[in-house]
Amino acid sequence: MILQVQDLTKRFGGLQALTGVTFDLPEGQILGLIGPNGAGKTTLFNVINGVYPPTQGQVFFRGEDVTGKPSYEIARRGLARTHQVVRPLTDLSVRENVMVGACFGREHQHLRPAARLADEALTQVGLIDRADQPSGSLNVAQKKRLEMARALAAKPHLILLDEVLAGLNPSEIASMMATVRAIRDQGITILMIEHVMQAIMAISDRILVLDYGMLIAAGLPEEVANNPQVIEAYLGDPKMTAQLLAE
Amino acid sequence: MKACQTPGFWLPLVIVSVWGGVVLLIHQDTMRETAFILLMAVGLASSLNILLGYTGYVSFGHIVFFGLGGYTGFYLLSAQDWPLFAAAIGGGLLSALIAGLVGLAVLRLRGAYFALATIGINEAARAFVSNFEPYGGATGMFVNFSVYQKYGGPGPALWTTFIFLWITALAVLLVSYLVKHSRFGLGLLAIREDEDAAMVMGVKAPQAKTITYVISAFFPGVIGTLYFFKNGNIEPGDAFQLHMSIEMLVMVMLGGMGTVMGPLVGAAGYQWLRGYLLTSPIFKDLHLAVAGAMLLLIILFVPTGVVGWVRNHVRRLQKVLE
Ligand SMILES: Nc1ncnc2c1ncn2[C@@H]1O[C@H](COP(=O)(O)OP(=O)(O)O)[C@@H](O)[C@H]1O
Ligand SMILES: [Mg+2]
Repeated sequence: MILQVQDLTKRFGGLQALTGVTFDLPEGQILGLIGPNGAGKTTLFNVINGVYPPTQGQVFFRGEDVTGKPSYEIARRGLARTHQVVRPLTDLSVRENVMVGACFGREHQHLRPAARLADEALTQVGLIDRADQPSGSLNVAQKKRLEMARALAAKPHLILLDEVLAGLNPSEIASMMATVRAIRDQGITILMIEHVMQAIMAISDRILVLDYGMLIAAGLPEEVANNPQVIEAYLGDPKMTAQLLAE
Repeated sequence: MKACQTPGFWLPLVIVSVWGGVVLLIHQDTMRETAFILLMAVGLASSLNILLGYTGYVSFGHIVFFGLGGYTGFYLLSAQDWPLFAAAIGGGLLSALIAGLVGLAVLRLRGAYFALATIGINEAARAFVSNFEPYGGATGMFVNFSVYQKYGGPGPALWTTFIFLWITALAVLLVSYLVKHSRFGLGLLAIREDEDAAMVMGVKAPQAKTITYVISAFFPGVIGTLYFFKNGNIEPGDAFQLHMSIEMLVMVMLGGMGTVMGPLVGAAGYQWLRGYLLTSPIFKDLHLAVAGAMLLLIILFVPTGVVGWVRNHVRRLQKVLE
């Protein structure tokens, strides 16, 4: 198991964002994480990669207990992520952004090899033409790709993708999906949050469903799609329900 | 070394080398005094820029390192009879040590909280030194005349001090360039842009910020020792002047924060203006108000400073002005 999450609980003051979340992620898989808005998906990422310490519970990454370790510590062990709300290093060029990933990620590269890795990652996500532009000048779809490239350049064992398809048009979604598959084929394990139901159902080996901070279902995509509890969780959101039932 | 071929590397060093060399050749006391103030401004502004420009942390009370280092170096050379060079390094190391000790705590604060904390450190240091008997308490210390004899009398001692300051200013510019163009520096720029995102990518922000704070505190300590040795005396009111802190900020912002050349340009520009204002009767008592107003105008209208503005508008100069 590359990632083991045990009984993870996170409280923000009076708000219980996660309650007793437990799951395992075997190496080489794509695990999809779905759930209504505010279910706690992003918070789960934040606790796994050390942005917040958990209130309770444990996280094991490649067999080692990383619970409560700072995010840079976990990044260096080979866990990279993208942000749902993109966070480019605005005044740095696109290439420099990605070099940060390569320089401080798992391989801790020197500047020159980092620049080469950055160009490789930018080529893979289709952003190499923009390498010398300031990252602030990219549009949202490009910034999502930049987030991916930064994570890839770190040469991680596991990558957490937070809604990389949101806000993209159908052709952008298709090419992003191809990129995600290519990343998995490189041997990188993927945990991804997604709202685009068709896409996540098609690409994931397994699916987790989070609702009000609790895991309400886990299994193969088709099992999850027909789970009455999952359909009920989505009932508050007619658009989502329609998407889910369309599967 | 590849860096030697890029103008961004050698241009600031050549400017300061030539200029110091010319002053040495002409060998005139008034010119040396002007150049001393200017080199001091370059050194202080560049030191602050290593923190402010690369990490984005605004140290409002950075002058504390000039004061504490200056006091310590002054004590070492006047009371302990250390040679000037060693005393200056000693002053720098004391400043660096203090920065290392307080750094981890205050660098946890962000934005205005950090800026306020640095002012607090300056005021606390002033209060401490005013009551610290080995440093002469509220009256401060004087250089015993015999100390100058080691350098061949007061005149040659001033020239020796000038040469040390010249070398120090060159060292700050060199370190500034090397930091900016290293992996460590890339981590600092990432912290400046988005500290949390930087940490998620693996940048050890607490450690990197503390090291940077230490570097940017070391040189003001060296410069403080040289300055107060040149003056012949030191007292709390001169060592911890908050308005000098503000002037350091103005110089960095005027020239362009985050660039190697910026603090050099900003220091020269500001000192020129300041000299002009000091001689004009209307502005004589207002130069600090003018500095504050300038800071405001720069932040509002040219936040990237002179060098940043030129870099953005004349693409060909980007490799020349780092
Ligand atoms: N830093 C925080 N402080 C307080 N509440 C938070 C914080 N981060 C997230 N939350 C709350 O936790 C809940 C889950 O949010 P989030 O994990 O972003 O949901 P999702 O990604 O599933 O849409 C929300 O109610 C949100 O407001
Ligand atoms: Mg979210």
